[in-house]
Amino acid sequence: MSEIVDILISASFWAAVIRIASPLILATMGELICERAGVLNLGIEGIMVIGAFTGWMAVWQGLPLWGGVAVAMGAGMLFGLLQSTLTVPFGLSQHVVGLGVTLLASSTASFAYRLMLPEVTSPPKIEPFRPLDIPLLSALPWAGEALSQTALTWAAFAVAGAVAWTLYRTPLGLALRAVGENPAAVEAQGLSVTGLRMGAVIVGSGLMAVGGAFLTLSAFSSFFFGMVNGRGWICVALVVFGGWKPGKALLGAILFAAFDALQIRLQQTELGAVLPYQLFLALPFILSILALILMSRRAEVPAALMVPYNKGER
Amino acid sequence: MRLEPVANPSTARRLGLPALAIAATMVVAMGLALLAGASPLATLGQIAVGALGSKLAILETLNRATPLIFTGLAVAVAFRAKLWNIGAEAQLYAGAIVTVLLGTGALGGPLVLPVSALVAMLAGAALLLGPVLLKTRLGVDEVVTTLLLNFIMLLFVSYLLEGPMKDPMGMGWPKSQALIPEARLPRIVDGLRLHWGFALAILAAIGVWVIQTRTALGFEIRAVGQSPEAARFAGMPVNAVLVKTALLSGGLAALAGWSEVAGLKGLLSQDLSPGFGYTGIIVAMLALLHPLGVVVTAVFVAGIFVGSDAMSRAAGVPTYIADMLTAVALLCMVLAILLTKVRVVRG
Amino acid sequence: MPEAEIVLRLDRISKRFGALKANDAVSLTLRRGEVVALLGENGAGKTTLMNVLFGHYLADAGTIEVFGQPLAPGNPRAALAAGVGMVHQHFALAGNLTVLENIRLGTERLWARGVGAAREKVERLSRDFGLSVHPDARVGRLSVGERQRVEILKALYRDARILILDEPTAVLTPQEAEALFATLRRATGLGLSVIFISHKLHEVMAIADRCVVLRHGRVVGAVDTHATDRGALAALMVGGELSLPRAEARAAGAVLMRVDGVSTPDRGAVPGLKAVTLDLRAGQITGLAGVSGNGQAALAEIIGGLARPASGRLTLRDRPVRDWSPGIALAQGIARIPEDRHHQGTIGDFDLTENAVLETYRSRFSRRGWMNWRAARRFAEAIIKGYDVRCPGPETRIRLLSGGNMQKLILGRALAGGSIREAPEIILANQPVRGLDVGAIAYVQSQLIAARDRGTAVLLISEDLDEIMGLSDIIHVMSQGRLSPGFARGTMTAPELGLWMAGQKFESAHAA
Repeated sequence: MSEIVDILISASFWAAVIRIASPLILATMGELICERAGVLNLGIEGIMVIGAFTGWMAVWQGLPLWGGVAVAMGAGMLFGLLQSTLTVPFGLSQHVVGLGVTLLASSTASFAYRLMLPEVTSPPKIEPFRPLDIPLLSALPWAGEALSQTALTWAAFAVAGAVAWTLYRTPLGLALRAVGENPAAVEAQGLSVTGLRMGAVIVGSGLMAVGGAFLTLSAFSSFFFGMVNGRGWICVALVVFGGWKPGKALLGAILFAAFDALQIRLQQTELGAVLPYQLFLALPFILSILALILMSRRAEVPAALMVPYNKGER
Repeated sequence: MRLEPVANPSTARRLGLPALAIAATMVVAMGLALLAGASPLATLGQIAVGALGSKLAILETLNRATPLIFTGLAVAVAFRAKLWNIGAEAQLYAGAIVTVLLGTGALGGPLVLPVSALVAMLAGAALLLGPVLLKTRLGVDEVVTTLLLNFIMLLFVSYLLEGPMKDPMGMGWPKSQALIPEARLPRIVDGLRLHWGFALAILAAIGVWVIQTRTALGFEIRAVGQSPEAARFAGMPVNAVLVKTALLSGGLAALAGWSEVAGLKGLLSQDLSPGFGYTGIIVAMLALLHPLGVVVTAVFVAGIFVGSDAMSRAAGVPTYIADMLTAVALLCMVLAILLTKVRVVRG
Repeated sequence: MPEAEIVLRLDRISKRFGALKANDAVSLTLRRGEVVALLGENGAGKTTLMNVLFGHYLADAGTIEVFGQPLAPGNPRAALAAGVGMVHQHFALAGNLTVLENIRLGTERLWARGVGAAREKVERLSRDFGLSVHPDARVGRLSVGERQRVEILKALYRDARILILDEPTAVLTPQEAEALFATLRRATGLGLSVIFISHKLHEVMAIADRCVVLRHGRVVGAVDTHATDRGALAALMVGGELSLPRAEARAAGAVLMRVDGVSTPDRGAVPGLKAVTLDLRAGQITGLAGVSGNGQAALAEIIGGLARPASGRLTLRDRPVRDWSPGIALAQGIARIPEDRHHQGTIGDFDLTENAVLETYRSRFSRRGWMNWRAARRFAEAIIKGYDVRCPGPETRIRLLSGGNMQKLILGRALAGGSIREAPEIILANQPVRGLDVGAIAYVQSQLIAARDRGTAVLLISEDLDEIMGLSDIIHVMSQGRLSPGFARGTMTAPELGLWMAGQKFESAHAA
């Protein structure tokens, strides 16, 4: 037990928690925007892959790091445009389209990777984001180490704040919350249901892609097949766990990252010697399922989630 | 824009639009070939020849189609009831594990094949039972739970292959012992690689078709899928129908694992399925969830994969073109099918 | 008195859907400060006309002028911007937002900041027009009457000077409707103009200055209210071709089903049942009056097997009911005509055969799990013939049928019965004629009367007092989940029943 306590009070542990949480926060906020507007975006897994790939490839081709982030975001928005065109004006099954977009996006990344690097066996590395040196803060004894994070991590937290502020403090957020609950109300007030929903999916997909790009531009320094490894699906579960509220979803992502960071460290203890490492790796997925069960009856689901809207039918 | 239903779609509409979707997929294929610096038409040709150009190629395509028919059926059955089983991949592995457990000496004699098939189906069904009960009892979305179970199952397989099920003679590779000869599915024709799993897959498709069209359960599955509210009002046991659907779907997906292990590979390894469970979704959707259509689309999709492999070796276009093409075909097809039923109008 | 200025002019609007002329050269003018009633049966073209005005449909021909300016067609914002507000029959409100948020929705630039003066303006409007509702209440928790006030406030907040109300009293008690009329009189006094869509003649006579009557998409009459009477309007509306059936009194038989002190929990703003006791007798039509959302749905669910009582019990032919589900209810001879025929009664993409056997596929059309589709098809053909279902054939998808023909199929299916007994002994008819044309209404009602005359117990749930009073042998009223005593045919007037519907009589009965 004392080992776990030692881990939990160490600054390096919390630095890892925040680092692991960052891509989850970005992608979860992206998914949350989509779902708040009434569209379940199962393209998330593939969009994270395409974000990880394009961001990394752009930087390797010579763009600055933030240029890579922008390219990833653009690629994500492009797939968001595809997903939302099929699900919003055409009202196709959000499940089927989402899975189709995931397959298309991740295979596009694989195809492009092989096209651009036909021969290589190990992918080239780029120079990733470095932890920011913030005056005063970095000098603090414990917090300085825990908060030694890259600009992209700080951006993830800023995005969470911006999403919450937009949803609850602006007319746009009001319209988004309404369109996921009763699109007819939005239509009757002269706003465009299609525009709001498509906009939400496109922007949300951009955020998901930046979440993916975090993996290649901040966490690791190159791109591997399968590096997203289910993180997208976990983010879908985190949105449910957070009750479709940005603050709670943010806490959920941090809690989740804490478990993830803990399992990595526990593998090195004697527990890791006794239990198979696969159990530790499965922990995030098991926790996600438990989170879904826990929140199943409590959360207020947006009433029009997964319900397509067609003007003609009332 | 607004969608207006088309009361009686013309034959041209019903056949032309899906044909257009296939044509669009081919255009994308040619575009990708151009990107890779290959000749578009030659690439298409090489895919076709690679899939169907020789007896060997055809048999390889049919072999590849076999697990896809099973997973395609599993998805088609479940989606018909609007039960979103995305976990065919995990159920496939559940079936494969059971097949190896029973087929490496635990059972002997002529019974081992049918028994392992049956137990494999039960294992696959049991795996889907959890998410379905969570859906019917607690309202937990089955899409996410079945997806997450896929990842858990892959890790479980990895654990088994490095631990309890590891082949002691495997030179350190994570694979299981090989099946005993009685536990293997024989080949349909001696000397050719095609095994009886393919014939059984077609039988399974016919069986599912009969269930859907001729039985009360099939009627219930369709009714629950179309309108759970009306089905409940009419006195149908909606939750029980969903559970039965899940058992059928999970069982079919597990048969994919059973037939791959018993018919083709002869042992369990981590790369037993290159995503057959996910590709089954594409197969089922392209077939419009029709069980007999699944056979056709499974062969079509398998052909794209087998043909792309061959083409890739010859023309240097990355083999991932196959995954892209199937995804494009899926998205184009669902849109085309929609447009046979509605028209887009202004205002 | 000089005529006030014309604020809205619809000029020869035409709109076709396939072969159907939904609007055929419809013209209408509205002056400042007046209430014009748009009167017509369901399907007469009222809703289509309003959808054209609001840009949801593009008219095939015709023009619209608001305050003398032509209105751009096909743009939902145009009418709003020109000062036309509409309160739909189905409220367009987001339940997760507050009253104030619903009102503000869409009135500000999307990227603007701050609430500003919105709250003050809403409070002022609700004072001026007598529309009391708390601005910070969540709409999902409000009663139907309160939600309607939010809808009207929404229009006023946008400075609407023309207000269109689509069937506004359908969900109100007579007393709430009276309060709405008071608000409208105040509003017209302040210079607002109102189009009041309805098919209830007495309301039109009470509130409207002029009436425009639509039938089959055409204007068949435009008259001053004080120069006409209800009879004349009714004749215009239905064309005087049909009269609705009225049941004659008849002696009742034994109690077939008893609902005994049944209670159910409240569901949000919808009250549950409060110790309801009700007998259904053979050969009797029991009418259940009341504004919708007062517990009728809960009672229908209990009787139809979709729900179980939280307390109290059901007895069927003097035997207490233990297991209870829709399937058991059917097998016990309870036939149901559901409130929502599109979502509960039928499956749109199934054909007529499949819909015909939806309830009895296990008991009558399959053996050991195998379907007998030939018998099923014969059954569907028998219903089509016996109940005059107009359709190309039993393989037609039911989605393509009109509401009336759909309802005839449901009626035929219900009257054919479940399994143990051939004909049903109890019919639960929930809003059986809502949304049907006059011919279909007469047909369905006469079938219910005929079933009663054969000895069936009928429970008729309806919001339409005329229907209840015309058909029922005994009338109960529901309000806030409570059930009134039974009133024999002809012992109560509509205003008296209205007091029960509003809940006032329950209090005085309780006090006494």
